[in-house]
Amino acid sequence: MEHYLSLAIKAIFVENMALAFFLGMCSFLAVSKKVETAIGLGAAVTFVLTVTTPLNNVIYNTFLKEGALVWINPEYASVDLSFLTFLTFIGTIAAAVQVVEMTLDRYAPALYSALGVFLPLIAVNCAILGASLFMVERDYNLGESAVFGLGSGIGFGLAITAMAAIREKMRYSNVPEGLRGLGITFIVTGLMAIAFMAFAGIQL
Amino acid sequence: MNTKQRQALLDPLFNDNPIGVQVLGICSALAVTTKLETAVVMSLAVIAVTTLSNVAISVIRDYIPPSIRIIVQLTIIASLVIVTDQILKAFVFEISKQLSVFVGLIITNCIVMGRAEGYAMQNPPGLSALDGLGNGFGYSIVLLFVGFFRELFGSGKLFGVEILKLTTEGGWYQANGLLVLAPGAFFLIAIFIWLLKVWRPQLVTAE
Repeated sequence: MEHYLSLAIKAIFVENMALAFFLGMCSFLAVSKKVETAIGLGAAVTFVLTVTTPLNNVIYNTFLKEGALVWINPEYASVDLSFLTFLTFIGTIAAAVQVVEMTLDRYAPALYSALGVFLPLIAVNCAILGASLFMVERDYNLGESAVFGLGSGIGFGLAITAMAAIREKMRYSNVPEGLRGLGITFIVTGLMAIAFMAFAGIQL
Repeated sequence: MNTKQRQALLDPLFNDNPIGVQVLGICSALAVTTKLETAVVMSLAVIAVTTLSNVAISVIRDYIPPSIRIIVQLTIIASLVIVTDQILKAFVFEISKQLSVFVGLIITNCIVMGRAEGYAMQNPPGLSALDGLGNGFGYSIVLLFVGFFRELFGSGKLFGVEILKLTTEGGWYQANGLLVLAPGAFFLIAIFIWLLKVWRPQLVTAE
């Protein structure tokens, strides 16, 4: 249990997807103008990450990994399909996003309309694919990958919400002309990244 | 080269820079700029993928049903990235190890997708190739700018060769550790955008 807790804390704060690995930056910059939409995107990303990371873990370990096909026939022990990882993961993610979209539309219409256009866009959010690839690289098992997915999502949501809040306040400040818009956003992101670095080394 | 071709190739370098102006493709790149070497390899990979995917999508643009175009584009891009990844693994294994997941993340790099959707779907293969090349180079300029300063001032080296002798090795230069960490990259990009906008004031956008 402690192991999972420590993994979650690490994913949320220490190795924050947006601030430490630059993942999901496109939507991080584009959707952080208002706090409400930022929370919506954060929720959607968390949801999709929690679903796709364990799902990709199962697929990778059952089909793609070297020797994973042994369960079909022992002769396949030397088959290595890991070069198909990218294609499979992106397919899974696109499909999962579609399923999530339809489920939400049917059972939680309020949340569905709140998320709006961000839901389909999540399929090409690098944070999602990034989490799955990190999962492979770090050799997480099913439970770990679920926790890692959830933690990364929460971390991303936290960062984008904080960013949106800062940008809302920043509208009243006098920013040098060339830095307005994108430039100052990057500087604020950098400052936030420094703040998040204070979490480094925290262990439970 | 006529005007249209020149525009397709040269505009993305500065006037319509994918990172500085279009705000595309920041995701997969910054983590690879702590060293110039990885930045160069990453740039080459992105240039190759953007150009080839633009050409491929442009060639079949009239046959792609609009409703499934995103999936078709993603499949083409993913296949190209797989090829790139295999080539990198075969010839520059050490660097490919350092790039780790970021080669795979070219798939979701918004530049590739954005140019495929925004340009290659409407233009013939020749122009699309130039556009892909131009955007790839525009992206590389930012990557190399960031990589140059991060490696030089962060660890006193360029391409792994010592330029500024560090105090830890008996030299005079005190390495700036901030530049090697994530925030340093954010600040450098901000500076790049600032310089770009000071140089080309028409790019300043009101918020």
